[in-house]
Amino acid sequence: MSFMQGKALSTPATISTVTADEPKISTIGTGAYLIEAPGAFDLPTQRRIWALAHAVEPWPEVREIVPGVTNLLVILKQTPEEPEQLQARLKHEWDCPRSIDLTGKTVEIPVTYGGEHATDLAAVCDYSGLGDREVVRLHWQGNYTVVALGSAPGFGYLHGLDPRIYMPRKTVPSLRMLKGTVTIGGMQTGVSVLTGPNGWNSIGFAEMQMFDPAKTPPALLAPGDRVRFLPERIEL
Amino acid sequence: MIEVLQTGPLNTVQDLGRFGFRNAGVTSSGAMDRLALVVGNLLVGNDEGEAALEVQTFPFRLRFDRDMTIAITGADGDARLDGRRLPPWWAIPVSSGQVLELETPRRSARTYLSLAGGIDVEPVLGSRSTSLRGGFGGLEGRFLAANDRLAIGSARACAVPPGGFGAVPPEAALAEHFPAPEDDTLLVRAIPAGEYALFAAEAERFWTQTWKISSQSDRTGYRLSGEPIRLASPVELRSHGVVPGVVQMPPSGEPIIQMSDANTAGGYPKIAGVIDVDLWRLGQARIGSGIRFVQSSVAEALAAERAVQAYLDDIRRTVPMLSQALAAMSRR
Repeated sequence: MSFMQGKALSTPATISTVTADEPKISTIGTGAYLIEAPGAFDLPTQRRIWALAHAVEPWPEVREIVPGVTNLLVILKQTPEEPEQLQARLKHEWDCPRSIDLTGKTVEIPVTYGGEHATDLAAVCDYSGLGDREVVRLHWQGNYTVVALGSAPGFGYLHGLDPRIYMPRKTVPSLRMLKGTVTIGGMQTGVSVLTGPNGWNSIGFAEMQMFDPAKTPPALLAPGDRVRFLPERIEL
Repeated sequence: MIEVLQTGPLNTVQDLGRFGFRNAGVTSSGAMDRLALVVGNLLVGNDEGEAALEVQTFPFRLRFDRDMTIAITGADGDARLDGRRLPPWWAIPVSSGQVLELETPRRSARTYLSLAGGIDVEPVLGSRSTSLRGGFGGLEGRFLAANDRLAIGSARACAVPPGGFGAVPPEAALAEHFPAPEDDTLLVRAIPAGEYALFAAEAERFWTQTWKISSQSDRTGYRLSGEPIRLASPVELRSHGVVPGVVQMPPSGEPIIQMSDANTAGGYPKIAGVIDVDLWRLGQARIGSGIRFVQSSVAEALAAERAVQAYLDDIRRTVPMLSQALAAMSRR
């Protein structure tokens, strides 16, 4: 399976130049390499990560690639005999100034803001100094882009959150946050896909099914997709 | 078919894991002790990645409803066939109606039951492994319960002596390639990871102290308890992919090692990564036991991997030879 889950890359993609800068390359154990882009969490950086993922995915020694938020994890089939050489090839690939603008689909997600599942809305208001209506409005008015999937099946990390409602992850996670909870984690937002412990801040709830293992592709969202939240109900 | 008569929670169907969907947030799952799974499959003449039962809560009892060949690997502990004790790492033919009972292993954590033909559950996203978090794969995405019946695939012809035969357990066969436990503390080899340098002088204590595997440990990850190791100032990393073996340091200062059901992404600082070839030993480490990290290198990992391959090659060669010899004898 392609990291773009099939379709996105076959649609017209623009290749453009990005200014070169030094990435950080580190390893996890013996067979995984993490390339972290320098600079801000913005879409140009993310496009460059997508381009890197696209270039590295066909390498014969690569088993899986996991694009993250301005970073890429490359998982090898085997421990490399020449780790320095591999690191140099990854660096070289990054230095080729390329970027992919994925033109994905638009997904509209109806949300109930506030209410019983929005247990952290008050904390977001306190932290931002904004009223609850304002926090909710800033959230649903946002234009979001799926930068990566991860953490749990079908969970999409969304870029485009208004900086006024950035909110750090909680130091003590909620133990049993419901699947479907609409959350803010730092400068990211998303809809949780599993019921369980979660350190992000809940502000609402969405019914939409984000993952079905029987479907191809199993995840509703793919990198490059646009997401709009529709305020179906606001319970404040 | 096999029928589960008695089981604790969290016993599941596992193969070598689900790959290719990590970028959709799907954890690989798969056996916690992959080496035991591979050996079990080789002993019964299967492809090495066939699905087996991973038993981690005991006692576990099941009944066979046809004649078949089975292998029990992973644990050092008590397996009984109709009350008769079997040696560890053993393959044996069983008859319809016989009952197998697995008791708590003495030192290790997980027992694998491989069956000739493999467990025939429907693959989901390319694997038969149970994803407990995702609720799919294996048997209906859940752990086994009493009265569950599992279909077994059709086996290749593979003769096994009536009394069975075994493999030398890897702890013994590979003793010189894995550091021996010290004072009951498992030594786990690891390589510094992305944020290691941020821990500065604190990092020393990561290697020197004995960490205890806390009761909040499972197939997703092991939470370790010990003297906390803290960053001078907290860092918030952007979410990035992680793999089993990553040692993360949450704000509490007590490490988490992600295991087979590892989250696919994380944001905690990474202090180290366990070398892949040591993960099976960690998969056999029990809650409450002690581990210590030993700084390693790719070169050392490669040497250990070669030793493991030589051990497996030996089994790959021996099993068919034994099988052919037995078949020839029975024709006489």
